[in-house]
Amino acid sequence: MTVIEISCVHVWKEISNYIDGDLDPALRERMSAHFKSCAHCSAILDGTRNVVGLVADGKTFDLPRGFSERLKQRLAQNLPKH
Amino acid sequence: MASTAPTLSEQALIERVKAGESELFYQLIEAYQRAVFSAAYSVLANEADAEDVAQEAFLKAYSRLDQFRGECKFSTWLVQIAVNEARMRRRKDRKALYDSIDEGYQDESGDYFPCDYADWREIPSEALEQNELKTALSRAISSLKPMYREVFILRDVQGLNVRETAEALGLNEALVRTRLLRARLQMRDALAPGYDGSWVSGSASYKKVRPF
Repeated sequence: MTVIEISCVHVWKEISNYIDGDLDPALRERMSAHFKSCAHCSAILDGTRNVVGLVADGKTFDLPRGFSERLKQRLAQNLPKH
Repeated sequence: MASTAPTLSEQALIERVKAGESELFYQLIEAYQRAVFSAAYSVLANEADAEDVAQEAFLKAYSRLDQFRGECKFSTWLVQIAVNEARMRRRKDRKALYDSIDEGYQDESGDYFPCDYADWREIPSEALEQNELKTALSRAISSLKPMYREVFILRDVQGLNVRETAEALGLNEALVRTRLLRARLQMRDALAPGYDGSWVSGSASYKKVRPF
């Protein structure tokens, strides 16, 4: 089967959907073929994946120290008691 | 994780809080503190303001709990409230320079050109242990324009799917995808060793990644 070539600019537009697996199979295949032969795009793909992987691990946004305690206090002051 | 496994289902908690047991409200929202805080942060890019807005959002959620009908997940509903509160706060701030760009439906279909082609296949393991990387990540996130930051934080940091992100931000899904692409590529530009490079430039593995 022949895979129709795809330009770098086109690849960059779809790279985020590619990472999310959110592409039709034909386009996906064209992009995969492109990444095998284009070191630049392949580097961008890996770097972008790194970004997504790094921020998803949940450590980026620690709650500020004491957040829960202050929230509980605020709720205690403001919610009706019965 | 604290061992505070809720003994009541979320739906049961919601019903009981609605019926007047306000002391159960914290138990209901406990698991969503980070989601609500980071949603507020995605709009405001400031910890103190985000915390204050998160508290306001929880109070508002309590007072509007009657209006939650389960059309979306409870967490998405909370995040929507937080985003709206944060946007109102930003509008009040005089430094809300971005509002005109930010609230409109703009076509951002201009072509993207990467800043460079820095190779970044491996994440140096020692950087993960250090605060350097965390600092670099938050700096990069803060440098995004608000309209990209909001989408990036909800989708990639919080892990909402595209539809949930669209719901929470009041955008259509196509716009979420476009903005997500921009945000991710700008994050890569900001973080790939060699472009900024500050977070690992002194380390041995940096040299392994960029051997020249």
